[in-house]
Amino acid sequence: MIAFLIKRIGSAILVMLAVAFLAFLIFAVAGDPVEMMVNEQATQADRDALRERLGLDQPFLVQYATFVMNAAQGEFGISYQTQRDVMSLIASRLPATLELVFIASMLSLLIGVPLGVITAIHRGKWFSEGLQFLSIFGVSLPSFVIAIMLILVFSVMLGWAPGFGRGETVQIGWWSTGLLTASGRNAIILPAIALALYEITLVMRIVRAEMLEVLRSDFVKFARARGVPRRIVHYRHALRNCLMPVATLTAMNFGTLIAFALVTETVFQWPGMGLLFIQAVLSLDFPIMAAYLVITSAIFVTLNTLVDIIYAVIDPRLRQEKI
Amino acid sequence: MTLQVDQEPVLTRPSRFARMRDSDLWHSFVTHRGAVVGACMLVVLVVAAFAAPLIAPQNVYDSAQLQLMNARVPPIWQEGGRWPFILGTDIQGRDVLSGILYGSRTSILIAVSAVVLSLVIGVLVGLAAGFFGGIMDNLLMRFADVLLSIPTILLAILASAVAMDMLPSGWRALGAAGVIVFAITLSNWVQYARIVRAQTSVERRKEYVEAARLLRVSPRRIMLRHILPNTLTPVLVAATLSFGMAILAEATLSFLGVGMPASLPSLGTLIRIGNNYLFSGQWWIVLFPVLQLSLLVVAINLVGDWLRDALNPKLR
Repeated sequence: MIAFLIKRIGSAILVMLAVAFLAFLIFAVAGDPVEMMVNEQATQADRDALRERLGLDQPFLVQYATFVMNAAQGEFGISYQTQRDVMSLIASRLPATLELVFIASMLSLLIGVPLGVITAIHRGKWFSEGLQFLSIFGVSLPSFVIAIMLILVFSVMLGWAPGFGRGETVQIGWWSTGLLTASGRNAIILPAIALALYEITLVMRIVRAEMLEVLRSDFVKFARARGVPRRIVHYRHALRNCLMPVATLTAMNFGTLIAFALVTETVFQWPGMGLLFIQAVLSLDFPIMAAYLVITSAIFVTLNTLVDIIYAVIDPRLRQEKI
Repeated sequence: MTLQVDQEPVLTRPSRFARMRDSDLWHSFVTHRGAVVGACMLVVLVVAAFAAPLIAPQNVYDSAQLQLMNARVPPIWQEGGRWPFILGTDIQGRDVLSGILYGSRTSILIAVSAVVLSLVIGVLVGLAAGFFGGIMDNLLMRFADVLLSIPTILLAILASAVAMDMLPSGWRALGAAGVIVFAITLSNWVQYARIVRAQTSVERRKEYVEAARLLRVSPRRIMLRHILPNTLTPVLVAATLSFGMAILAEATLSFLGVGMPASLPSLGTLIRIGNNYLFSGQWWIVLFPVLQLSLLVVAINLVGDWLRDALNPKLR
């Protein structure tokens, strides 16, 4: 088990080093930062001094090592655009994104699981086939298309929920939450649905497939034969055996959702770190781009590693396998 | 009792068309409702997109045809709508229908190029890795792992943004298409490489490869003529499904502003432009490009789903 842990964590660290290298490359291809920072009158001596102060006279690998060391301590430099510390900028936007992704994950479970169960139990009925057909759209349509449609219908035409912004927020320490005010809760509905729809259909399809398999198994037949009420057979006996892959999917996709939230955040002008990233991309603010890449990938890789390790704890057979 | 011979036995091979009509694949296609509907939609959309210069009321690349007095005309069935602007016009007087037709052509061309390019790169890398094994295999697949550990959309946005920045300013419009193809390819080739590698490392241990080796067939020829054809079916299925993904990726990049510029719009660019007028009442500028994009992707996925099932030997 310890060998497995070391191997798995080691490979996660290797991947993060490679991602950091990619982020570092952004600076390398982006042109000379000294030229962007000095003014017209700067002499060659000024430039050289600045170059030395920034460590740009060092060899490539040393610069990379410095970048990794700084990144590991959450030090990503200063934004070109706003002249503010990149890490504190991202930290101030992080709660908005995490809240959105968290609510979207919850929605995908609360809606996806029951839909999957219903379409499995009532297989062949018209509404079940209809839902199955509709799920093709859920998988096909990109999140920004869904977001625009939601705004058009529920915000512009019906006026039920706001189509942009985060509403009023409450500050708790460094965390700002929109979940405690009515306007904040109103504002999160549409973006959360837009972000969740893809995952809702995924969860629904997985639960449906698993349920169909479990319903055929002997212990379900036996439970029915014993005269256990249908509801209890379906929801207590069968559903419980379907939840493992759903839990894995939800955990693994949390990272993907954070990345995809940047599209949703752009449409809804949701002040999360995805919107910060897109604005940085459009104004070529490289420190923010690099920091966002490293942080998002770190969340992504950590979750995947954790899921693998938890699996190995639950199922010893997986420890033997080559990673 | 006498046996009558009705006619001479036919010795000629059935024509190519007849063979196609009798094949399993054709049969499973005709009996699959979703596939037929999807394929018909796809044919209509693609033909319309490529016939854009012939059927579009307006040439959207010719700014001389844009007139501000034609701006913000609603669709023809709405009050104030007028011929020939069937789906209305945008803020600069650009006909929405023409924009959609030309935009679909741009989107489809970019997606096709991206899929073909990733297919070529992925298949070659996968073949080499699976065939030679060893250090090369390890290096290539580790590199692939790193690419997979970054969310694809993030990779594409970064690649696109950095590459756009490096383009000389005169090349912004045309170069953008190349940059997007590159960005989508970067995140897309890995899946083909993995499929082909897995398949190749199984195939190369089979007897027919051994036989070819003994006959002194060159490794390159063994790879390309003997092993490659045996690995292609799963790759082609993946390619069909990722064609839809490529269209979406292009649309997403353009929508976020790191894709096609407004002077050479794709569907994503049109949606980006229209999105600005969502709250000011001109809903048609954004709605119709959105519908077109949705139709296109749903049609592709309907065909892709069928192809995946039809070519899957386990389901036969």
